[in-house]
This record gives sequence, structure tokens and C-alpha cells, in this order.
Amino acid sequence: MMSDLHSNWYPIASSSDLPKRHVYQAQLLGREFAVWRADDGHVNVWENRCLHRGVRLSIGINNGTELKCQYHGWRYANRTAGCTYIPAHPADAPARTICNNTYPAIESHGLVWSGEEASGDLLSLDGFDSATVLRAVPVFAPMNMVAEALLGYGWDDSCKGAANDDGSVTVTAGDGTAVRIFVQPMDSNHSVMRGLVNQAPAGAGRAELLQTHSWLMQELRDRVEVLAAKQEAPAPYEPVIAKVSEDLVDIPALGTDGRKAELRVQLVKKEMTAEGIVSLRLEPIKGQLPTFQPGAHIDVHLPNGLVRQYSITNGPGETDHYTIGVKREGDGRGGSAAVHDSLQEGDVLAISAPRNNFPLRRDAEHTVFIAGGIGVTPMIAMARALNAQGLSFEFHYFVQSDDHVAFKQQIGEFERALTIHKGLSPEATGAKLKEVLAEPGFARHVYICGPGPMLEATRGIAASQGWTDEAVHFEYFANTAEVDDSTAFEVDLARSALTLQVPAGKTILEVLREHGIDMPSSCEQGACGTCRCGVIEGEVIHQDVYLSNAEKAEGKSIMTCVSRAASDRLILDI
Amino acid sequence: MTCNDRILIDDWHVVADLDQLLQAGSCKTYLLGVEVAVTAGRDGQVAVTLADGKQQLPCQIKYGFVWTSLGSPERETIHIPEAFEDDRYIISGGSFPVKVSGLRVVENFLDMGHFPFVHNGWLGEEPHTEVAPYEVELTEDNEIIATECYFHQPVASPTAEGGIEVEYKYRVYRPYIVALYKTNPLYPDRKDYIVLFIQPVGPEECVVHNMLCYIKEGMKEPDIRWFMQLIFAQDKPILENQIPRRLPLDPRAETPIRADKVAILYRRWLRDHSVSYGAIPATEA
Ligand code: FES
Ligand SMILES: [Fe+2]
Repeated sequence: MMSDLHSNWYPIASSSDLPKRHVYQAQLLGREFAVWRADDGHVNVWENRCLHRGVRLSIGINNGTELKCQYHGWRYANRTAGCTYIPAHPADAPARTICNNTYPAIESHGLVWSGEEASGDLLSLDGFDSATVLRAVPVFAPMNMVAEALLGYGWDDSCKGAANDDGSVTVTAGDGTAVRIFVQPMDSNHSVMRGLVNQAPAGAGRAELLQTHSWLMQELRDRVEVLAAKQEAPAPYEPVIAKVSEDLVDIPALGTDGRKAELRVQLVKKEMTAEGIVSLRLEPIKGQLPTFQPGAHIDVHLPNGLVRQYSITNGPGETDHYTIGVKREGDGRGGSAAVHDSLQEGDVLAISAPRNNFPLRRDAEHTVFIAGGIGVTPMIAMARALNAQGLSFEFHYFVQSDDHVAFKQQIGEFERALTIHKGLSPEATGAKLKEVLAEPGFARHVYICGPGPMLEATRGIAASQGWTDEAVHFEYFANTAEVDDSTAFEVDLARSALTLQVPAGKTILEVLREHGIDMPSSCEQGACGTCRCGVIEGEVIHQDVYLSNAEKAEGKSIMTCVSRAASDRLILDI
Repeated sequence: MTCNDRILIDDWHVVADLDQLLQAGSCKTYLLGVEVAVTAGRDGQVAVTLADGKQQLPCQIKYGFVWTSLGSPERETIHIPEAFEDDRYIISGGSFPVKVSGLRVVENFLDMGHFPFVHNGWLGEEPHTEVAPYEVELTEDNEIIATECYFHQPVASPTAEGGIEVEYKYRVYRPYIVALYKTNPLYPDRKDYIVLFIQPVGPEECVVHNMLCYIKEGMKEPDIRWFMQLIFAQDKPILENQIPRRLPLDPRAETPIRADKVAILYRRWLRDHSVSYGAIPATEA
């Protein structure tokens, strides 16, 4: 039954059936389609059925980038038809295998073409480049009967009909006017005639053309239906509904990721704050947001399953929301792209409570903030805190150009303390940093956040200018170093009296979790400091970028997500 | 289509609302694909026969509805203590015909996840869409019970003012009979009760009869009926747009999530009891 019929292209809709944000219900060989155009112009032809509970997607909502089901609000992405969001479980990433069936689509000559297994090109439509799409006319008769009758279609005596290879019929009049009519088999006994005329008159001429053919096709319809009624109706097609992927049978267990997303927030405002940087305002959907401290970050659980850390930029007292900034990373692992492209105002997000691994001292006589690019976000919260208290600070913000300056309004509060350094080369940046860091001293502190190389350079300069390790505070966005996990060793947990084996290929953090030890974590790459743990005995191979050199040398702490034992055994303070 | 499921044939089903029947005198309807005639005599005596009049069917009046059976019922109709409490209204909220399997209606009734979308502004509202984990069990009496179901609702009942966190308890008594217990806004320790007696007209068609047992205080009868009709009118177009119309029992036919825990058990329970009328049985492999 999956005959060649399924490999043919048939018109299933007119382009005009797909106005902006509409979903059109089409049908071919017994199978229903939800047809919708995204705002980028792409035409989606999908099985007309939500994978969750089978509700027709043609009654769903086309929001321009996604199709949302009416029943439980599941959302499916333009093009891929993959499920992007399940509102009943806002902290969970929908399984990748939740993906609707998509069918090939071509839009051409004012018609949308599809076929369950259609491939290759449409048959040539030469001569119809400037054409008028006629009004579609349904016929309750089998496709072949309609096609046969169409051979006799005509509007004057000179008309001659000829069948084409694709099953359509071209009727040509003596004066060269031609109509090509395609028959769309909705079902075994239900067809639709869709015609193209090789003329495109405007105004009254067009109206007349449409009317004439509408009338003629209607007449043909009546004749064919009388004929069809005399025959026994063929059995309707029974399209098979494909089963969902095997792995979806078992519902996902609660909380498979050790990282907790205990809060639910709604994205109430999403706007570009600088070139490639979007600012997101998150408000609680219930109750109060927990307190944050300047420098704190939250884990954002993205609908595509990734978990990313973003610093809170709020000033003191702004406790009814969190505002974060997200830069689009070209080479990122899709976290920032998901934020930029898929998140929409109104979306519910699962986030962790704020965690502060980049605390701000407020006992300094003077504080120097050095921010590079998107590294500005934690610094904004910090400087706003100092500013509100009237404490002395200066704020250096290194950016490529004016367009790259984010959160202009917030940093504007710093007035004369703010210096924006635009478009400096690495050398010029180095020189500038030497100037900025020229005066270490008692109760002076410097905070640095920015891309890895700049951070390294700044730390180097600070050290050479005489700043002590204790006075230099920094936060990396990411640990770009290769992590070696090839060793095996043993960890003793001093407080829980447990001895665990950490094999090659597993982190201490993973092993702890496997044994039911609830260890907090966030970035899981040795950058954020959340999974820090005390070391009582044993030597550590530090592979993180969180601890300072002094702390590393001291050997009293370990980042359990990346670092390992240099000795056979570590005794940890848990 | 005729029904071969003994569990359904040998059970009681509602075929008419008594008040409506008394007004009309008689009516014809379908039960499990079989046409039946329901008549009320002058003395108020009600009888159910096959539509061709050839056979008398068992008949009883209970909870304001006419019940019958196509076979020999092996058990009583369900007992509902709430229906005998004096301080409750016992109301029929109307009989709604729906072109979908009654089993789909049961599943819809058990489903909190659709509240913010289908009953937006009443039983739920965005962004409060999360369905928290709840408990499900199969009781010794072979009923399905779901407990500790909490949901944030803007207008939980006909008289509720302002959003509240509502607690539900669900109970599936029989394949086509399902009920819920729901927090009463005035008495935190008592619950309003709603039960659906679904009449399987055909495998893809049903009439949903319902009985509402609301605590009287602070409530007006017409409001209760109005509220039920409003909620049902919101569900109907969704239900009638489900493909297929029958409930598929194959675990790979649709995609369950944690919020559907009770529905998953319901489908398994139907499978275990070989209920196929209104269902698409699971195929091997
Ligand atoms: S049926 Fe589509 S979201 Fe549930
Ligand atoms: Fe509902």
C-alpha cells in the first residue's frame, strides 16, 4: 500500500492558506497534516497529531517559531518538529526523541506540495511562471475518476486536455491559454482539484478568471460525484500512526541531574542590551525569590537540557526579579543559542537558588573592578552594592566597541567611577591594566572577570605590580583546559566514614552522587567553585580555574568536579 | 460495533437522566452499540428494553439516573456515601454527548496538566503549569486512587475568590466511571465530590452524565451547574480533536510524562482487564 502514490508530490494547500501565524489542516491519502509557516518563511508539513495525547496540532498555536499544542502546551520547533518544552515539568528537558513526524514540502507557483515519501523535484511547470492559482474545489470521488473527467474540461471549443506524467491534466485553448489542474487525493473517495492558469491578470480580469473556473470546476464536480455515487466507494485509506520511540515508554524519573533547579521563574522581559548580548528579566511565579549577594550566579536549566550559569546583575534591594545577561557564543555548546533563539517572554524556567562563589568584600578602602566583555555581569551587581553604600571604587570595562557595551543604564549609575576602554589591542590593554593596577596597597582589592586570556594577563600584571593573592579576586566563565581523568584512586569521607573508589573516567563528584551523597555543583568544569570540598589528607592534582595559586599550593580544598588525587588516597572533609 | 468485553456487558451503565426522562416520557439511546429504549410509565415506573422491544433489560434508578445492563450484572452499582449527606446538593450537571471514546474522557478527567491551557483563568493559569509529583495506587477493591494532587487554581469552584492551592483526589471505580474529591473552600477537611457516569454509546462516542455533590454552604445550585457546563464546554472541542478517537493502550502509541502517572496506570488497568471497547488494544511487538 505504500505504493508510488506516497512518493508523488501533490499540492496540499495554496500559499494563501498559510497567512502569518496560522495553522492549516491538510490531508493526503487519508493522513492529516498540520501545515504552518514560521516567521522565517519555512513551511512545515507535520503529522496532525501531538505526540503527547494525540490532539490535532492544526488547532494549536503558531507563535512564529514554534507550534504549541492546545491541550497541555507542549511546544514543537520550526523545521525539526522536536519538542522544546513541556510546561507540566518546567525543570526537565524534553527527551530528544520526542519529535513529530515531518513530511517533505515544496512551495512553488503559489501552491504547497507534499507527499509522505516524496523526493526529488516537482515535475516541470514550465509556462506557468506567472500564473493564477484557482480556488480549490473538493470532489467526493476517487482521484482517477476526477483526473479522467478533467481531460474533457474546457471553457471553449478549442480546449484540448492532455494527461501529464504526474497525474495532472493540462487543458490548452487555441489562443494558448492553458490551465493545469492537479488532483490531490485526500482519501480514496475524496479529492481536491487545484488549478493553475498561465495568466496573471489583475483586478476585474482576475476576479472573472477565478469565477469562470470556479463555476466550471463546480459543474465538473457535480457530474463526477453523480458517477462516483453509482460505484461502490473504495475503502478509506488507513494511515499507520508510527509508534513513538521506545525510550519514551518509561516516564523519566525525577531529578536525574544532581544539580537542583528549585526555583520557577518566568521570563518577563527579553531584550538586546548590546551587540550579541541579551538581557533577561526573571520574576518568580510564586512567592519570593531568595536573597542574592553581589557576585552570585544562578544555574539556568534550559529547555534543551543544558544547564548554564549566569551572574545576577541586580543592585541592592532589587529583590522582585533577577536580571541576567547572556552573550551568544559562536562556539558554545548550544546553551547561549538556546537562550537567544528559543526562549520567549512568558516562558517558565527552572533555575537554582543563587550561589555566591565570588563574594565581595565591603571592608576595602578602595576597590578596582576590571571587566572584559560579558564578564561585566557580576561586576555590575558588585559595584552597584558598593555604590549604594558610598564606598570608593573604580570600574574599568574593556569592550570591542560602543555597540558592545551592555547594561548601559545600570553602569551609568557609576558616573565618574566608570571608564569604558574601547577597541584596545591586547598590548594596549596590557599597558592600560598596568596603569590601572599601579597602586596596590593596604585594604585595596581588585576584582576581575572576563575572557580567559585577559584574566590570565590581568592576574599576571597584578602580581608583578605587587598585589597579593588575597587582594586579587577573579572569576572565570569557563575552564578551557583539558581535564585529565585517567587516574584511579580512593577517597575516604571523614565525616561519613565511607571509602569510595574513583575509577578512571569518573569524577569524584559523580562517585559521591552514585553513593547518595548530595554534593552541590553548578558548572561542573572547575570554574564556579560550587563543588568545593575540604581536603584533610592527600595530595591533589588541581585542574580547576577557581582556586587561587595560593589556595592550590595550600592543598586544603579540592574542586570535586574536575580535580583528582595525586596520591592513592584522599581524605575529604565530608 | 458490538461489544465483547464481559466486564462491560455484565455491568450497570447510566442511559438516562431521570428528570429529563420524566419530562420526555421516553427516549431511545445507544449503549455499547446496542439501541435501547427507556420509558417512564404514568406511575413513574421506568423500564429499559432493547429498541426493537423484544427484550426487557435490568433497570434501576439510582442517584437520579436510570441504570441498565446488557448482560447479567455481577456487582452492584457503585456506592457513593457523599450522595446521602444532607448538607450537600446532589445535582445532575447535565448529560453531554461527545464524539470520542469515553475512555479518553476518563483520562481527561484525571489530568491536571491541561488546566492552565484548556481551563485558563478557571482551573489553572499560566505560568503555574507545573504538575508536582503525586501518589497513585491500585486498591484492594481494584480501584485506582490518585492522592496528594496539588494544583494552583485561580477560580477553583463556582464561588472561590482569588487563586488557591487546591488538593484533589481522583478515583477510578470502573472503566467508565471516575470521580474526584476536591478541596472545599470553606471546610478544609471536607471535599466536594464530582463523579462522571459515562455511557459508552459506541467505541468512539459517549454521553457524559455527571453528578455533583457539593457542600451546600456558600454555594448556589445554578452556579454549580453553570460552572460544570462551562468547564465541560472547554474540554469538549479538545476531546473531539484527539486522534485516534479511541484510547490506544499500546505504551508506544503516545508519550506519557510523570504528570500522567495516573493515566499510565489507568491504561495498564484497562489492558489487564481486557477492556477493548473504546480502546485500541496493544498489539504484540
Ligand atoms: S496533547 Fe498536546 S500537549 Fe498534551
Ligand atoms: Fe478539563
